Amino acid sequence: MDMISIPVVNMTPILPEIFLSVLAMVLLLLNVFSPSGKKSYLAYISFIGIAATAVLVGAGWGGHIESFSGAVILDNFATFFKMIFLLAAGLTVLISDQYMEREECNHGELYPLILFTVVGMMLMASGTDLMTIFLGLEVMSVSLYVLAGFNRNNKKSNEAGLKYFLLGAFSTGFLLYGMALTYGATGTTRVYKIASVVGQMTLPSANIMLLAGMLLMMTGFAFKIAAAPFHMWTPDVYEGAPTPMTAFMSAGPKAAGFAALLRILLVALPTLQIEWSQLLWVLAVLTMTVGNITALRQDNIKRMLAYSSIAHAGYALVGLVAGNGTGTAGILFYMLSYAFMNIGAFAIIILVSKKGETNGNVMDFAGLGFKRPLLAVAMTIFLFSLAGMPPTAGFIGKFYLFSGAVQKGYIWLAVIGVLNSAASVYYYLRVMVYMYMKEPTEEFEWTQVTAPVALALIISVAGSMIPGIVPSFILEFAQQAVKLI
Amino acid sequence: MHVLTEYPILTILIFLPLAGCLLLLPVWNCRVSARPIALGVALLELALSVWLYVSRQDLPGVQTKLPGYLLSQDAPWIPSFGIRYTLGLDGISLLMVMLTAFTFCMALLVSWNSIKEKTGLFLTLMLTMEAGIMGVFLALDLALFYLFWEVMLIPMFFMIGIWGHGRKIYSTIKFFLFTMFGSLLMLLAIIFLHLLHAQQTGLATFGLHDLLKTQLPADTQLWLFAAFFLAFAIKFPLFPLHTWLPDAHTDAPTAGSVVLAGLLLKTGSYGLIRFGYPLFPQAAQALTPLFYTLALISIIYASLVAFAQEDMKRLIAYSSIGHMGYVAIGIAAWQPVALSGSILQMASHGVTTGALFCLVGMLDERAHTREIAAFGGLWGNIPKYSFFFLLFSLASLGLPGLNNFVGEFLVLTGTMKKSPLVAALAFVGIVLTLIYTVRLVQEVLFQKERQPLPLADLSLREICILAAFAAVAVWMGIHPAPLLDLVHAPVQLLTGGGL
Repeated sequence: MDMISIPVVNMTPILPEIFLSVLAMVLLLLNVFSPSGKKSYLAYISFIGIAATAVLVGAGWGGHIESFSGAVILDNFATFFKMIFLLAAGLTVLISDQYMEREECNHGELYPLILFTVVGMMLMASGTDLMTIFLGLEVMSVSLYVLAGFNRNNKKSNEAGLKYFLLGAFSTGFLLYGMALTYGATGTTRVYKIASVVGQMTLPSANIMLLAGMLLMMTGFAFKIAAAPFHMWTPDVYEGAPTPMTAFMSAGPKAAGFAALLRILLVALPTLQIEWSQLLWVLAVLTMTVGNITALRQDNIKRMLAYSSIAHAGYALVGLVAGNGTGTAGILFYMLSYAFMNIGAFAIIILVSKKGETNGNVMDFAGLGFKRPLLAVAMTIFLFSLAGMPPTAGFIGKFYLFSGAVQKGYIWLAVIGVLNSAASVYYYLRVMVYMYMKEPTEEFEWTQVTAPVALALIISVAGSMIPGIVPSFILEFAQQAVKLI
Repeated sequence: MHVLTEYPILTILIFLPLAGCLLLLPVWNCRVSARPIALGVALLELALSVWLYVSRQDLPGVQTKLPGYLLSQDAPWIPSFGIRYTLGLDGISLLMVMLTAFTFCMALLVSWNSIKEKTGLFLTLMLTMEAGIMGVFLALDLALFYLFWEVMLIPMFFMIGIWGHGRKIYSTIKFFLFTMFGSLLMLLAIIFLHLLHAQQTGLATFGLHDLLKTQLPADTQLWLFAAFFLAFAIKFPLFPLHTWLPDAHTDAPTAGSVVLAGLLLKTGSYGLIRFGYPLFPQAAQALTPLFYTLALISIIYASLVAFAQEDMKRLIAYSSIGHMGYVAIGIAAWQPVALSGSILQMASHGVTTGALFCLVGMLDERAHTREIAAFGGLWGNIPKYSFFFLLFSLASLGLPGLNNFVGEFLVLTGTMKKSPLVAALAFVGIVLTLIYTVRLVQEVLFQKERQPLPLADLSLREICILAAFAAVAVWMGIHPAPLLDLVHAPVQLLTGGGL
């Protein structure tokens, strides 16, 4: 019998994950020993921990280390995405405390769960083995199911948690089945090995097992990034989940889904690009159109942003269809700016809504523009960025994505994209109409802005504006990040 | 070296209003001190642009990359895309810059008392819009142009929505969506052109003067031109894309209408002259019959509809569509005389229609209605007002000696050389303009008195505004030579000098 060979393990690539996991467990312990109602300090510790992790991740920029015999990798691609996840988590932690106090569900488990989600997402970004990616996805998803249903006293939150869990479990099945078939077709789960095995096949596009595997994996990820027609869970879950978690879900896990999808399609299956890009073309058009058209009719602002987030996944898919340097770098840039603008917008929603998740309609923004001018200006910036108006980050992001598509000759896709973008302007404008052009229907106390929320808003406004005016440095990071894949 | 070339004067033109916004912040809620600051900034802009005009002969000109330009500026902005911050000023831009600076002074003055609420925000939006419009008239990098093109929309959206009347929200959203729809397709065309150029030469650029050298196959050119044309035709506006205009103009506050008619419409024609035609000459040639047809329909249709209007502001809005139709015909002819006429007509229309919107606004402030049927016999009642009303109405219908005549005359003369039929049909439009304008004047100024309340005649501020408009109108009508001279060189360059 052969000895089981123990590979040389270099821990460097997963240091941030280890650090965050340990921190999360320490927080869980601390939580047990701290009296209920005094959990705010956990938020501060998590924020500091996330910032420290960001430093740790940032230090790995430029490195290229494979470890666990090719199951995880430290490269710029992973680093860029990890930064997005940390950013999303950091902003979420900042806006969570005030909300959770108000909703009387400030349980200390929240922060460790957010950190575990980040660990899962990080593994998805750095995983170069289908199993690692799956592991990351499950760590992320299980934590998210709990987070979606975190407000135990609220029926809608419970519904969101359950719905997310059921549909998520279903999609995981698809994904795992796809991975199994891919393994069956290629004999390996390492993405780089899959690439070389598929590359040596005489006619990979005729290999039914491989194609089915690819299709099922894409379906699984389409669930996670909420691409139509696999988006049905999104509006209910986004509406029901506690608002900070909705913000987090729309930015972090979506980016993680794209990270894994990019890695699998572009690294493992580039030989099948013709096939998957055709499929994604249809998916992108459907996602953009369904998202935008349905968003037009929404009165509940969380639902509206849920559909808008579907549409945004569609724009990002346009970049993936292109599959070239510009398109993929565009996805990275877009996911980063989307995290800023969307979490910012949700932060404002938290401030406008009242206890028990009431007051969450577009109409409830009436008069905000003159009652709370600074908040309204911030919201205006987020909405214009979401709508893709220059000079915001959202504009540069779309510019980048659509440039990628035009470069590869997908002109009709780009045309459909910009027409969608024009239609989407309507529902973003509608919020502004209420903020600035209508009088409030009733007088009520606006929630005070606490220091962490203010910090989150400042970061989000800066992140939505600065990359729109001087995008070069982030663009260069994004371009370097996709160079290797 | 001239003192103007030592400073980045074009950048100052764009960013001075934005700096003015910062000055407004400390006095945000103090209407009395905010208004003079904003007006001061606008006057400074006007002074700068007039200074540019006066000293244009002394400017050395830009020798290297941009022939025919008086001043230019160039700096990298987003190097990874090849987007540059390129500004250039030639005679056409200078005329438009002067018109912009002038119109904003007037718009600020006319809203001096009528904007009573949220003045800080109003003035900030006005100045931001001035910056955006200046940028549109100065940008020579297509991506930069697009940026300003979109930026100028946002303040107008809020202006109509917050201070407008009637169905203001419907109108402002309609205005915004129409414009966005066209401009996004133009953005795609810009990207496509950029990529094609990069493919051909290896140079990633959005600079107009590099992109002019791109080799374009005929059908590609047609598609790209169509996208540009759509964006600009919506702004013009040409039939059948004009439906946003009557709503937006009618429901906007007076200052908003003045800026809309005076400047935003001009960005469409300017874009066509600066970018559309030079970039895609063959496609433009091929689409000339369509352009002629749409312009003629605009003229005749808008004039007929104007005749049927009961609301004065709506009538003037429709007359704008008609007048812009002449601008369109002049551009479509793409011939030096007609093009000079178009450019002059752009400025003239800005002045005349701006003044007419001011006049209607003043009447509305007094009587709280704009219905034609509500007025009559103003001539005996408020003579100063009526004098200006008559003057600008006459200017609008193209009385020789006043500004509009020169532009329309040149457009028709030039067009006559290229396509007599079009010119002949356009003459019909002039007659129609005459009919509805005379009806307006006759009903409102003469007839017997109908207004229920005694109206106050013009205040000193209002007289100053209208006198300024009148001075410009008369000057342009009697002595247009300096302005024609100003646009002569760029027009020759654009049309290739052939007559």
